[in-house]
Amino acid sequence: MANPTEHGAPVAQSNSFRQQPDEHGHFGGRYGGRFVAETLMPLILELNEAYEAAKADPAFHKELVYYQTDYIGRPSPLWFARRMTEELGGAKIYLKREELNHTGSHKLNNVMGQILLARRMGRTRIVAETGAGQHGVATATVCALFGMKCVIYMGATDVERQKPNVFRMRLLGAEVVPVTAGAGTLKDAMNEAMRDWVANVADTYMLIGTVAGPHPYPAMVRDFQSVIGEETKAQMRAAEGRLPDVVVAAIGGGSNAMGIFYPFLDDVSVRLVGVEAAGHGLDSGKTAASIERGRPGVLHGNRTYLLQNADGQIDEAHSISAGLDYPGVGPEHSWLNDIGRAEYVGATDNEALEAFQLCTRLEGIIPALESAHAVAYAAKLAPTLPKDTLLVVNLSGRGDKDIFTVAEHLGVTL
Amino acid sequence: MSRIAARFKALAAEGRGALIPYLEAYDPDRSTSLELLKAMPAAGADLIEVGMPFSDPSADGPVIQAAALRGLKAGATLVGVLDMVAEFRKDDDETPVILMGYVNPVEAYGYDRFCKDAAAAGVDGLILVDLPPEEAGVIAAPAQAAGLDMIRLVAPTTPDARLNYVLAHASGFVYYVSIVGITGTRSASAHDLASAIPRVRAATNLPIAIGFGVRTPEQAAQASSIADGAVVASALLATLAETLDEQGRATPQTLPRVLEQIRALAQAVRTAGQKAE
Repeated sequence: MANPTEHGAPVAQSNSFRQQPDEHGHFGGRYGGRFVAETLMPLILELNEAYEAAKADPAFHKELVYYQTDYIGRPSPLWFARRMTEELGGAKIYLKREELNHTGSHKLNNVMGQILLARRMGRTRIVAETGAGQHGVATATVCALFGMKCVIYMGATDVERQKPNVFRMRLLGAEVVPVTAGAGTLKDAMNEAMRDWVANVADTYMLIGTVAGPHPYPAMVRDFQSVIGEETKAQMRAAEGRLPDVVVAAIGGGSNAMGIFYPFLDDVSVRLVGVEAAGHGLDSGKTAASIERGRPGVLHGNRTYLLQNADGQIDEAHSISAGLDYPGVGPEHSWLNDIGRAEYVGATDNEALEAFQLCTRLEGIIPALESAHAVAYAAKLAPTLPKDTLLVVNLSGRGDKDIFTVAEHLGVTL
Repeated sequence: MSRIAARFKALAAEGRGALIPYLEAYDPDRSTSLELLKAMPAAGADLIEVGMPFSDPSADGPVIQAAALRGLKAGATLVGVLDMVAEFRKDDDETPVILMGYVNPVEAYGYDRFCKDAAAAGVDGLILVDLPPEEAGVIAAPAQAAGLDMIRLVAPTTPDARLNYVLAHASGFVYYVSIVGITGTRSASAHDLASAIPRVRAATNLPIAIGFGVRTPEQAAQASSIADGAVVASALLATLAETLDEQGRATPQTLPRVLEQIRALAQAVRTAGQKAE
C-alpha cells in the first residue's frame, strides 16, 4: 500500500525543508530574490518561465538523463575509503566520486541542464564566470558539444594560477577573457559576465555555475546538482542498508554541497556539514568563510551572507582554492544556516593541503583543492565519531589542475 | 511640491528639458567632488545625480567602475556622501539632488535610518540600480515617510505589461535606460529614442529623463527635447579622469575642464529648447 512517509518525510508536508524558495525566489522569506538592473529583469522572468516549463516536461528530463548517462558518465560511484577510515580510526568514510564525471568535477551536472534549457530558449551564445576554471571548462565543453559560441570571464589572478584549465577552455573553442578589475578573482569575473549579459540580451544565455545569482538560478542549479544526493541516498542504502549519518561538502558558492544536501534535507537524522574556505584562518582577515565571518547583504542578484565591511562594501575573499575564493554563498545555505538544518565550519589553506596529500596517498585519489577542504574537515570529525557512523564526503572534483599550486606550497619546482 | 517636481515644472514652463550631470562622490577626493557639486548649478545643471561608490558596480562600464574605486580609495562612505549633500544644501535649496548607487551599502546603513538621514541632508530622490520594484518593499515605506522620490529605471527590454507595474512604483521622474547594456559604452540613435519615449510617456505622467550613452552636447540636446531630461555621466567622469595626475590626484585642470563640458552640454540643451518653441 502506498505510504506517503515511505521515503522518510511525507512528500508535500508543509514543514518540509524542500519547499523553498517561494515564487519570488526567497528562501525563508529573506535570502535570495532578484536584485538585478531593470534591463535584466525581463530576462530573469523569462528564464524562470522557461525553467518551470522545462521542469514539467518529461521530454526535457529524458534528454537530460541521456546526456547524464552517456556523456557525463553518471551515476558516479560511492567509494568506501577503507584506508582513510582505518588511518583516522572513527567513522566509516565514503567518497562520492564526482571527480569521475566528464571534465573532472560536479560542474557538468548543472551545465548540462542549463545548456539544454538555453537551447530550448533559442539562445546561441553562452557567457559564464569561472573561478578555478572547472565551471568554465564544463561550459566550454557543452558549447563544443552543441556548437555554441562561448565566452568565459575569469579573474586575471585565476587565469594565472589555473593555466591548465585556461588552455583546456581555449582548446574547446571558448574565448577566455581575463578580468583585471578588483582582485581579479571570481567576484570580478561574475561582475563582468553580468555586464556582458546585460549588453547582449538578445542572443545570450548567462550560465551561472553555482547556486547563487538572481532567482531562478539558485533553485535551478540546486535542482540540476541534486542528482548527487539522490544517487548517494540510493547507493548508501544499497551498501549499508540505511541513510548516512553525516554528509560533508566544501562550499564556495555552494553548488556541490547543495546538490548533495538537498535530497537529505527532510531526513533530519542526517547531519549536513558545509566546509567553507577559512583561508589563513577564520580570524585572519584572509578568508572566504562568508557564513562564518560575513553578514547578510545583497550582491550578484541575491541576498545572502557576504564578506563585507561596515559600510556595505564587499571584501575580497581569500583561499588557496580559486573555486572557493568568493565573498558570498548561495542563499539557500544562508537560510539552512539560520534555521540550523545545516552547520557551517571552516578549513584553512594548510588543512586543505594536508588533506589533499592524505587522500592522494591513502586512496589513490587526487582531490581538487576545493574538495580537499571537505576531506580536511571529515578527517578532523571522523576520529571523534563511533566506528558505525556513516560519513560521506562529496569529492566534488579531481586535483590534476591543482598540482602546480600544491607543488609551489610544498616548495617543489615542477 | 518637491524640489524635483518644482524643477521639472519650471523647465516645462521654459519649454526645455533638464540637463542632469552625474558626479561620483569622493572622486578623486572629498573636497574636489564637493567643489564640483557646488559649482554644477551655475554651470547649467538643472538636477544633479550623485553616485554613491560601490565596490561591485555590475551595471556600470569601465569609466564609472574606475570612478567608484577612486571614490572608495578616497574614503567614501554613505555618511560622507550625505554629509557632502548637506554641505551643498547650505548654499542651494533649489537644485534637486538624486543619489544613485547599489542597494548593499544602503542595506548595511539601514533603510529607515538612511531615508531619514538622506532627507535631512537635503537629498530629493534615490536610484538604486539593483533594486527592482519586486524587491523594493524594504525601502518603499521609509522613503515615502521621508519624502524621498524612488526613481525607477525603465529599459528597452521592459515589456509593456511590465512597464505599468514598474511605473506604479515610481515617483519623481522616470529614468529611461536608452541602450541595452552597461553605462558609457554605446549610444541610442535619435530614431530609437523618438520611437521609445512615447511608449513610456503613454504609461506615466512623470517626467522622463534619458540616460546611459548620452555623451555629447548634440546627444544631450536631442535626448532632453525628445524626453524631459538628459543624464550625462560617463562622459564627464572620463574628462575628470583625464585631468588627474599619475597618482590619481586632482590637478588645477580638473574642475575647469569638467565644468566647461557641463556648460557646453547646458548650452546645447537650452538651445534645443528655444528651437522647439
